Amino acid sequence: MNLNFATLTDLQKALRNRDVSATELTQHYLTRIDALDPALNSFISIQAEAALGAARRADERLARGDARPLTGIPIAQKDIFCLQGQRTTAGSKMLGNFIAPYTATCSEKLADAGAITLGKTNMDEFAMGSSNENSYFGAVHNPWDPKLIPGGSSGGSAAAVAAGLCAASTGTDTGGSIRQPAAMCGLTGLKPTYGRISRWGMIAFASSLDQAGPMTRTAQDAAILLEHMAGHDPRDSTSLNEPVPNFSEDIGKNIKGLRIGVCREFFTEGLDPAVERSIREALAVYESLGATLVDISLPHTPYSVSAYYVIAPAECSANLARLDGIRYGHRCLDPENLQDLYQRSRGEGFGEEVKKRILVGTFALSAGYFDAFYNRAQKIRRLIKEDFVKAFEQVDVIAGPTAPTPAFPLGEKASNPVEMYLQDIFTISASLAGVPAMSIPVEFANGLPVGLQLIGNYLQEGSLLQAAHQFQQETHWHTLTPPEAL
Amino acid sequence: MNDLVNEKTLVELSTLAALPFEPEKSKATLDALNEVLALVGQMQSLDISDVAPLAHPLERHQTLRADTVTEIIDASALSQNAPLYEAGLYFVPKVIE
Repeated sequence: MNLNFATLTDLQKALRNRDVSATELTQHYLTRIDALDPALNSFISIQAEAALGAARRADERLARGDARPLTGIPIAQKDIFCLQGQRTTAGSKMLGNFIAPYTATCSEKLADAGAITLGKTNMDEFAMGSSNENSYFGAVHNPWDPKLIPGGSSGGSAAAVAAGLCAASTGTDTGGSIRQPAAMCGLTGLKPTYGRISRWGMIAFASSLDQAGPMTRTAQDAAILLEHMAGHDPRDSTSLNEPVPNFSEDIGKNIKGLRIGVCREFFTEGLDPAVERSIREALAVYESLGATLVDISLPHTPYSVSAYYVIAPAECSANLARLDGIRYGHRCLDPENLQDLYQRSRGEGFGEEVKKRILVGTFALSAGYFDAFYNRAQKIRRLIKEDFVKAFEQVDVIAGPTAPTPAFPLGEKASNPVEMYLQDIFTISASLAGVPAMSIPVEFANGLPVGLQLIGNYLQEGSLLQAAHQFQQETHWHTLTPPEAL
Repeated sequence: MNDLVNEKTLVELSTLAALPFEPEKSKATLDALNEVLALVGQMQSLDISDVAPLAHPLERHQTLRADTVTEIIDASALSQNAPLYEAGLYFVPKVIE
């Protein structure tokens, strides 16, 4: 078995059959990280000693025959999840030396299921970005071509899995930050229903939109990881008190008769024709599997980016107010007074994109503009949600492109923020509505991965995973690996 | 749409947001802000007078737990992140003359 690109299912079997030990597997990935990550920059920190300690305990557990579902599986976690006693930076200078005093619920659940954390992955600062160029710790490079961006904001998590530096990773998605990098790196990435996974211990960007989720090689792996991340958490008041289905057992159901909505607003002018061809090809595969394609409209989709760039900055301006240079975070030298301390600490600690979004959010929430911006955006959000509710009366799943283009060169859109924001034009509406959505690899365009986005009804992650799994039984796109990393 | 933010507004916003106003960067910042606000201005064309704002994507109420202490985090784990902390106190510049 090629350990570099083995799936979670393969690794579970190999560990149980003692074909490989957890220590060997962990060391294998750590060696690859040492060799390959200097060129990718996908990790901000590596916890080699802690990972090897956890691997030794996993081997003892495997020897005793009481392995848990993920015992001995090395994963990476986006550096937005607090892990007690470990540096957690959110890709920011502001939190460059922040040591988390507790562990995020979903990370704790993964550890309880036996997963080993190799390290924390690079990301756009406070998850604000679509290219991973906004990290204080430097840009991440796409393993398919290091001159290209890996997508963002979970770009490090995507690049690390795509390059075979870990078996799977965790990401977060506020407007597309799991799905878009998954698309650009050839992975399966899932943003669950809002509230499905606890946000406790996950550094907040926009609290009404943020969701954690898995980034994996296959839908089967996403199902396994999701099962061990999801569930009610009394420490997060927005956590849904809903049972977590056995996603990995139900995944094999056939999809004959599945009604797939093809949203006409997702096939717009800005969509790269090569990406459109790949998406149409994928839809034809679904037809051959017995699914029915239904033309649908989500008429308010064109307003989603506008509404998002009010709501997300408004929430970020409130959430990031806690970073004041007093209780934690960067503090400027020799402040003259309290106001000077706040302003200079935040000015030095935050990057340009974060400061811009804080200012936009402050504007949208300020007296005189609240109704015209924030309130209006929340009204449009309702219209977007109602579009989905209506659509799901006709169809089971909605399909379209995840991103308008494949990965683009580093620096290409850095000076054109609006073009960068439009990278998320197809992913934002599902975030605003709070419905689950995922991206799976389909036919490549110009030698680069392309993602098909599948959007489901509330709490119907199971249907998405079944649809994704059946596609992956028929196609090989998810098995392709970057040449550089082989 | 005309630029919504001018230099005066930027000074006010910077104060509200506890960010420094940097005169040498103000043109670039103003351009960037107004570009984003022009993008979000697209939503002004929609008639939404009868629509209620959406407060929660699933329209559920937040479930509040009982107002009781359930766990205590070691104070030293919290204070180790403070830039200036001594004898159980977070140090700030003098606020009362």
